[in-house]
Amino acid sequence: MKHLAILAALLAPVPALADIDVSNWDAVTAEAEGQTVFWNAWGGSTTTNDFIAWVGERVMEEYGVTLEHVKLTDTADAVTRVLSEKQAGEDDDGAIDMIWINGANFAAMKEADLLFGPYAEALPNWALVDVEGKTVQTDFTVPTEGFESPWAMAQVVFVHDTDDMPERLGSMQALLEWTQANPGRFSYPQPPDFLGTTFLKQVLVDILPDPSVLAAPATDENYEDITAPLWAYMDELTPNLWREGKAYPPTGTAMFPLIADGELDLSISFSPGAASTAIANNELPPSVRTFVLDKGTIGNASFVAVPYNSGSKAGAMVVANFLMSPEAQARAQDPAILGYGTVLNMDALSEDDRALFDALELGVATLTPAELGTVQDEPHPSWATRIADDWVTRYGVSQ
Amino acid sequence: MNRRRFLPVLPILTLLAMLGPVAAGLWGTVLPAFGHLPAAGLAGPSLDPFRDLLDWAGLPRAVMLSLSTGVLATGISLAIVVLVTAGWSGTRPFRALERLLSPLLSVPHAAAAFGLAFLIAPSGWLSRLVSPGLTGWERPPDILIVQDSWGLTMTAGLIIKEVPFLLLITLAALGQADAQRSTTIAQALGYGRVTGWLKTVFPRVYAQIRPPVYVVLAYSMSVVDVAVILGPNTPPPLSVQIVKWMSDPDLAMRLEAAAGALLQLGLVVGALIFWRLGEVVVASLGRRWIAKGSRGRLDPVVAQAALVAGGISAVTVLLGLVVLVIWSFAGFWGFPDAFPDGWTLRNWMRFGPGTLEALGETALIACTVALVALILTIGCLEAEYRYGLSFSQRAVWLLYLPLLIPQTAFLPGLQTLMLNMGADVGRLPVMLAHLVFVLPYVFLSLADPFRAWDTRMGTIAAALRASPDGVLWRVRLPMLLRPILTALAVGLAVSVGQYLPTLLIGGGRVATLTTEAVALASGGDRRAIGVYGLMQTGAALVPFALALLLPALIWRNRRGLRHG
Repeated sequence: MKHLAILAALLAPVPALADIDVSNWDAVTAEAEGQTVFWNAWGGSTTTNDFIAWVGERVMEEYGVTLEHVKLTDTADAVTRVLSEKQAGEDDDGAIDMIWINGANFAAMKEADLLFGPYAEALPNWALVDVEGKTVQTDFTVPTEGFESPWAMAQVVFVHDTDDMPERLGSMQALLEWTQANPGRFSYPQPPDFLGTTFLKQVLVDILPDPSVLAAPATDENYEDITAPLWAYMDELTPNLWREGKAYPPTGTAMFPLIADGELDLSISFSPGAASTAIANNELPPSVRTFVLDKGTIGNASFVAVPYNSGSKAGAMVVANFLMSPEAQARAQDPAILGYGTVLNMDALSEDDRALFDALELGVATLTPAELGTVQDEPHPSWATRIADDWVTRYGVSQ
Repeated sequence: MNRRRFLPVLPILTLLAMLGPVAAGLWGTVLPAFGHLPAAGLAGPSLDPFRDLLDWAGLPRAVMLSLSTGVLATGISLAIVVLVTAGWSGTRPFRALERLLSPLLSVPHAAAAFGLAFLIAPSGWLSRLVSPGLTGWERPPDILIVQDSWGLTMTAGLIIKEVPFLLLITLAALGQADAQRSTTIAQALGYGRVTGWLKTVFPRVYAQIRPPVYVVLAYSMSVVDVAVILGPNTPPPLSVQIVKWMSDPDLAMRLEAAAGALLQLGLVVGALIFWRLGEVVVASLGRRWIAKGSRGRLDPVVAQAALVAGGISAVTVLLGLVVLVIWSFAGFWGFPDAFPDGWTLRNWMRFGPGTLEALGETALIACTVALVALILTIGCLEAEYRYGLSFSQRAVWLLYLPLLIPQTAFLPGLQTLMLNMGADVGRLPVMLAHLVFVLPYVFLSLADPFRAWDTRMGTIAAALRASPDGVLWRVRLPMLLRPILTALAVGLAVSVGQYLPTLLIGGGRVATLTTEAVALASGGDRRAIGVYGLMQTGAALVPFALALLLPALIWRNRRGLRHG
């Protein structure tokens, strides 16, 4: 938390919006032509990389915008970069034009006035977005206020190999009991990886009698009491993890080969369709299926944001708008491509566009929207930060 | 006119290009380590960064890992190289090993590390080959091999890459150690092969290979890419943690990173001193051993063991490449199948275009840097020849300095310094950073052949009224074509393999094959890693092949030049 305080202390007036009229879309597309957009997005998932390359081809054809994917190992790198540029006085043409972002990174950048906007709700395709049914206007409970635009919906699902583990589990308590009966067959990515941290939050949300306390920021007073059951749970779980918790997979996708090898029977994913896509790419055996807990699982939206000092804001807006188009959304939802949930409202689409989605097969391991059940809210980002730090101290340095 | 004034300053310029960034980077590390970071609105001096560092619960283990992996990797690879050379130099198995040298050397560290991981993991190829037949494993056993808490796999990953390097250096030193006659006499006096070599030749060889051995020690203690792929993570070795702190969104974490970087520097210096003391102890024990006059009854056993170790190390790298090839063409490949269910070109079609883009960036940087390094090197050597401006014996250590100071100690500082000055990151700064590491290798690779050139050729050419420049361009450089191309290939391979300078100085915007491959490591997609690892290996290997092939083609009608 002291980090965020320092961020806040670095605040300085930002000349936002001085250079571009977001409400005049024709002017935006005209300015965008010929611009190069450096999109900083996590580069560990090859399917996502392929999708971004396709987006690059399409926005070049359609708008003459060149899209360069800067593959990050950690989104925090991009935040650092923008912050460094601000300190160095590079306010006009920074290295980054767009970031795949959410949660704590968004909260930190918004707090420090490092983002361009509001722009998201001025984009033409915003009219198609399902504002009512999907959490696209808050990001980990922090209001987005138009400083980032959504492009995919994510929800925690558990991935299991039915050859070795036929039954789904209904709760985190059931998962704990299952690992005691099957030691070494479950793991989660090492926090502070976002999926690993999400697993910790999922445990907390599932075992707390009333998870609504997590909607407010964590405080020094309530943090220990509220998270005590989580650490008791983790102390019981850890000895029965894969490698007895002495090593962890670095990311979510790194767990797929472990399932394919039969090292793991169970893991988690933040993308309901990723397992189907991985089966199609030979990365998972066809016997893999997914499930959610009885009380539902945590879900959120993936966003893109534009740094305040991007030199290609118009180009970035064009890409952000294209990402919300029915064409891009339908492709992202195709399990053979990406298998991400759409942010669009089916009722707002034209019949032709809806047909794009109706034509999609769900994928053999993907749950239907009804089966995905209740989407639980993300806790306030302050919980994630504290829990991840705490995890590192408890389990990340001791083995 | 101009050139005459330019040439004498080239050695200074070269030293500046090599040591300037190191000195600047260290300065940029010292300031934030004592709490001074204007970019984050912090002014020192303060000891808080060191206090924060000491408060980090993972510090003791991280420090232990840095020390143990570095000392073990250096000690074991040196022992293998020395004993193999002692027991087998001049024999057939030794020549076979020698032939493998260039390809083994040019395999980048990251690719070799991936290959090792894919081989020896519980679900790796070796386990697949013998399962379930020999082991009865229907599923991979839950054993911690890759990323083990003691860093043993990481140490092994370093050894398989340092053995070829030290062997090459030792071979170069052998020529000047009068090894053949010494061993003949020792054997005539009844000494065993290994014992005789160790007692007579080793002291002279070691005196020559000492700087590269120190380089290996410093490198192994502070390596990042191999540690990310093979090293433990709860906690990681110190160098990896420094890089993690450097990429924290909170700029204040750079203070802790800088303090860690200084600690890393201190550790390396300490380990070098410890190693030096070890040399003294070994020397005095060795003298007693020599005086005892033992002839070495165990020699054959020792020699066999060393050859097996050296062979395993070489074969591991090669098998690692094979398994990368298999993964890059694999359809679904479940455990315990020895081979994939099906073979497919799909992986190459998917990742090929991406690798080509990264290859372009890699080639652009590597070619520029290697060429600049070559020009500076030739300039220095020519200045030495014409004006007698040679490095003294002490100054030779300056060449090794950029390789002895851990990358994690000065690169973060260099990045912070550039940040404070507002300098943009990008390709050019990356090239300058690569030059720091490429220059010493190019210089060391070319210096001996350049100096060994028969100067009487120059005298003859001058007598035929060739100017000094004419002698250089029309006689000396063409005659030295092969060593020059080899030096260029060495420079290219070094640049291709650079991970940390590209990552830190490039600000993530410069994507080479190495940075892309290590970034993919976190995603765990073995097919993509296979494709990228092979492309990376190819980028380093092809120049070596060309360096062998081109002189043979160009001098196909000049027999005397083909081996020059």
